[in-house]
Amino acid sequence: DRHGAAAGLTQGWHLSHTTRQNIRNSELAPLGMRAWQIKDELRQGARKPYKELIDVSSADPHRAGVKPLSFVRQVLAVCYYPQLAKSDKLPADVRQRAQRLLGTCAGGSAGSYCPAGGIPEIIDIVCEFISRRDDGVPSYPENIFITSGAQRAFVEILNILVNTLRSPITGVLTPCPSYPPGNMAVVMLGGAVVPYYLDEEQGWELKIDELHRALESAKGVCDPTVLYVINPGNPTGHVQSRKSIEEVIRFASEKRLFLMVDEVYQDSVFEQESRFVSYKKVLAEMGPPLSHTVEMASFHSVSKGFIGECGLRGGYVELVNVDPSVMRNLYTLMSRDASTTTGQLALDLMINPPQPGDPSYPLTAITLHISDLRVLEVLNSLPGISCQPVKGGGYALPRLHLPPGAIQKAKEVGMLPDYFYCSRLLEETELCVGAGSENGQRESTYHIRYRQSSDEVLRRLTSFHIQFMKDFS
Amino acid sequence: MSQEGMNGVPHRGKVLTVDNMNPNVKRVEYAVRGPIVQRAVQIEKELKEGVKKPFTEVIKANIGDAHAMGQKPITFLRQVLALCSYPELLNDNKFPEDAKNRAQRILQACGGHSIGAYSASQGIECIRQDVSRYIEKRDGGIPSNPDNIFLSAGASDAITTMLKLQVSGEGRNRTGVMIPIPQYPLYSAALADLGGIQINYYLDEDRCWALDVTELRRAVTAARQHCNPRVLCIINPGNPTGQVQSRQCIEDVIRFAKEEHLFLMADEVYQDNVYAEGCKFHSFKKVLFEMGPEYSSTVEMASFHSTSKCYMGECGFRGGYMEVINLDPEVKAQLIKLVSVRLCPPVTGQALLDLVVNPPQPDEPSYTTFIKERTAVLAALAEKARLTEEVFNTVPGIRCNPVQGAMYTFPCITLPQKAISQAKEKGLAPDMFYCMKLLEEMGICLVPGSGFGQREGTHHFRMTILPPTEKLKIMLDKIREFHQKFTQEFS
Repeated sequence: DRHGAAAGLTQGWHLSHTTRQNIRNSELAPLGMRAWQIKDELRQGARKPYKELIDVSSADPHRAGVKPLSFVRQVLAVCYYPQLAKSDKLPADVRQRAQRLLGTCAGGSAGSYCPAGGIPEIIDIVCEFISRRDDGVPSYPENIFITSGAQRAFVEILNILVNTLRSPITGVLTPCPSYPPGNMAVVMLGGAVVPYYLDEEQGWELKIDELHRALESAKGVCDPTVLYVINPGNPTGHVQSRKSIEEVIRFASEKRLFLMVDEVYQDSVFEQESRFVSYKKVLAEMGPPLSHTVEMASFHSVSKGFIGECGLRGGYVELVNVDPSVMRNLYTLMSRDASTTTGQLALDLMINPPQPGDPSYPLTAITLHISDLRVLEVLNSLPGISCQPVKGGGYALPRLHLPPGAIQKAKEVGMLPDYFYCSRLLEETELCVGAGSENGQRESTYHIRYRQSSDEVLRRLTSFHIQFMKDFS
Repeated sequence: MSQEGMNGVPHRGKVLTVDNMNPNVKRVEYAVRGPIVQRAVQIEKELKEGVKKPFTEVIKANIGDAHAMGQKPITFLRQVLALCSYPELLNDNKFPEDAKNRAQRILQACGGHSIGAYSASQGIECIRQDVSRYIEKRDGGIPSNPDNIFLSAGASDAITTMLKLQVSGEGRNRTGVMIPIPQYPLYSAALADLGGIQINYYLDEDRCWALDVTELRRAVTAARQHCNPRVLCIINPGNPTGQVQSRQCIEDVIRFAKEEHLFLMADEVYQDNVYAEGCKFHSFKKVLFEMGPEYSSTVEMASFHSTSKCYMGECGFRGGYMEVINLDPEVKAQLIKLVSVRLCPPVTGQALLDLVVNPPQPDEPSYTTFIKERTAVLAALAEKARLTEEVFNTVPGIRCNPVQGAMYTFPCITLPQKAISQAKEKGLAPDMFYCMKLLEEMGICLVPGSGFGQREGTHHFRMTILPPTEKLKIMLDKIREFHQKFTQEFS
C-alpha cells in the first residue's frame, strides 16, 4: 500500500472499531459537519422548528456556550499585549500574575519558544500542585513534560512504547467505551487496540476479570504492553474507587504492563462519595515494591475541568518509575517541537488560581458539571432510554433501547442505529449529540453521548425521544 | 517514594527499556536543542547561583527565536490577540477599529465565539479562506483552494504529518526522502522517528550554497539501489544556509521532481526574510503554475509557512499552514483523518496566522505603524546579515557565505589537526568540540555544523543573526577572538 500511516489508519481503525461494517469514509464527524451546516442555514434565515442550534456532542464547554473565566483571559490578554498592565482597569492580581508569567518567558515575550519540556518555573508549579493534590507525595520536575494538550504527550509516549519492528505488534489495552483520539493514536502508530469492556450495569465500572479476559484475547494476536485507563471515565462519567485503582495497579504490575492514565477530568467529580484520587497517590501509598516499580504516565490538561480551554492547547504528563535512559530519549523527542506558550500560561492559571484575599477571588464558577439528578430521573422514566449515574467527567452516556423498526430503518438508509437516532434528532430539533458508536460499545448496544448544559437540551431530547419511540414501535 | 527509588531501579526489571522501546526513537537527534544547549542552560543556572565565569551572561545564538533576543512583537498582532483573548476589551477605545474588526471576525468563527473552543482539525474555515486569498495575492492571482489548506501548530507539525503520511514500505521498497545537506534537523529527526530513509543531496558551498540538479540526480540514482525515493524536500530560503533559490533553479527542481516522480515539499517559512541584492523569493507554487498545465496538473506538492519567522517572530504561538497541490483525493481523506488525531492546532496560533495573511491595509488606522514596525525588523535583520558576513570574513580560518536570507549564518571554520584529534579522543565531532569550548570560555551558544550535516572533512557552526546589533557586534568580536586563540592553542 502506498501510504504508510494512512494505510495503517484505515486498516487499523476498521480493525479496532467495534462497528467496522457500516462506517462510511467520512463518518468521523458527520453529525458535527451537518450541525455546522444547519447553523449556517439558520444564520441565513432558514425556517426550522427551533431558532437555535445546540451542539452538546463535544465536552468542549465554550462551544456549548459556557463563558471563559475572566481572570484567565485577562492575564492572557496582558501577556499578549503588556501595554494593558499600565492601565488600572484590570485587577492588581491580574497584572501581577501577567508580569510574573512574562518574566518566565525568554525576552519577556509570550512569542518566544518554550524551553524543551516546558518553562521551568511552571514545571515547578506543576510539581507543587501535584504534591498538594496528593497530600504530600513528592513530584519531580525532570519527570514532567508540558505539551500542547495532553494528547501530544500521549502520542509521544505511545510512540516510544509501540515497537513496530517486533512481531507480534505492541498491544494497548483500551477501555470500551473510550476517547476516540486515544484509540486513533494507537492505530496511527502501528499498535493494536485491545478493548476491555466497562460494565455498564455497574455504572461503567472497570472489572479486573474483564482485564484478564481482554489480555487472554490478545494471545497470538499482539503483545500487550500498555494498559490505558481513563479516570474519571470519558465518556462514561465513572469515577474509580481507591480499591479499584489498587486492583488495576496490581494487575499492571503482575502482567508487566505500562500504565497510561488519562486524568484530565480530575476536577470534574460531582458526588461527595466519589472523590477523585490520583493513580500516583494510590501507587505511592501502596508502598514498595509496587511504588518503586510500576511504570506509569499520567496526563492532565487545561481543556476540561473548571477552565475548559480546549483551544489553548495546554497539558502535561508526569512519568513515574521510567528508566532514566528512556527518559533521555523522551526528552529528545519532546524537544523537536515546541509547545505553545499560551498553553503553558493557561496551565499555570488553572493549577494556581487566585486565592482568598486576591482581588479576582473567587473565580466566577463555571457550571461545567452535569450532575443534574433530575435529568437522570427524567431519562430513566422514559421508555427506551436509560442512563447510569454520572459521577464525573464531561458527558452523560444514556443507553438507547431501540425498537427493531428503528434498527431496520437505520440499516435501510445505511446508517448505524445510534447515528440514525442522532441524525433524526439533529434534523428535527437542532440538537446535536454524539453517537455512542464513535466511542465504542458492546455489540448491538446503542448509546448517545452529550454534554448537558441546560433544561432546553433535556426538553428537546425528551420530546423527540417520545415521538421517535412512538414512530418506530 | 524516594526519587532514587523511582528512577534508580535496575533496568532489568523494567517493562519499558531502551532495548524493547521503539528502536527508531534512539536514532532521533535534534541538535538545535541538543547537548550544547543543555550545557548552556546549566551554565546559566551556575551564573545565577553566583559561580564566577569569564562572562556574565550566555548569549543563546543557537535557536531562531527573535523575541528571546529582544525583537519586539508587532503591535497590531498583539492587540488583536488581546482582544480575542478578553473580548471585553472591544469596549476599550484605546484599541483601533481595524484591530477590533479582525478580532470580532475571528471570534465569530470560533465555537461559542471563544478561542478556548476546539476548532475543526483542519483549522478554522474562514482563516483557511484568508490564507488562500493571501496565497493568490502573493502568487499573482494563481488560484488557491481553501480545502487544500491545512492549518498547523507551526510548520513543523505539518511537515511531520506529511512525512508520516508518505513513509511506508519494507526493505528495498522503504520510502526514501531527499533532504538538503546542510538541513534543518527537524527533517532528519522526523525521518529517524518514522524509520524513513534519509537521502542526502549536498548544497554547493563554493557557489553560495546553490542547489544543483546534477547533484539531485546523483543522489536519487544512488538511492534507488537501496530504497524507494518518493519525496524531495527543499528549504527556501535555506536553513541553516540562508541561500535564496533563483527562479531558474526552482524550475529545474520542479522538472526534476516530475521526471523522477517525486513529491515536493517546499519549506518556505523564511519567505519574507530576503536581504541580498538581486535575490527574490519565488514561491514553488507560483513557478509550478507558470510552467503550464503539463506540470501544474501533475506535480504533487506541499508548501509550508509559519508565524515563527519573517518579521513576526512569534515562535511561541505555533501558527502555520501547508497548502497541498495535486494530492490524490484518497490520500487527502487519510490526511484529514491523520490531522484529527492531534485534535486541532492552537487557536491562538490560527488567529495570529489570520492576521499575518490579512494585515492592515493602506486605508486602515493601524497601517502606518504596522508598516513602520515591519520594515524596521526586516531592515535590522538585513543589516545584521551584512555585518555578520563582513566581520566573519575578516577572520583567518573563517569563511562566510553571504547571508542572502533566513536568520542564520553557517560559516566554514578551519580547525587545526591537533584540535580535530583531541575532539576525536573525546568522542566529539570537531565542531562540537569547538562550540563547547566557545561556550565555556565566552558564554556564546552556537550549534555545531555536525548537527545540520556537512561535507565530510568540513566543519561549520550555525549562529543566528538575531541578537540586537550592539550585542551582535560584541558576539562577532568575541568569536573572532576565540577563533584566533583556538587556532593558536591547537597549532
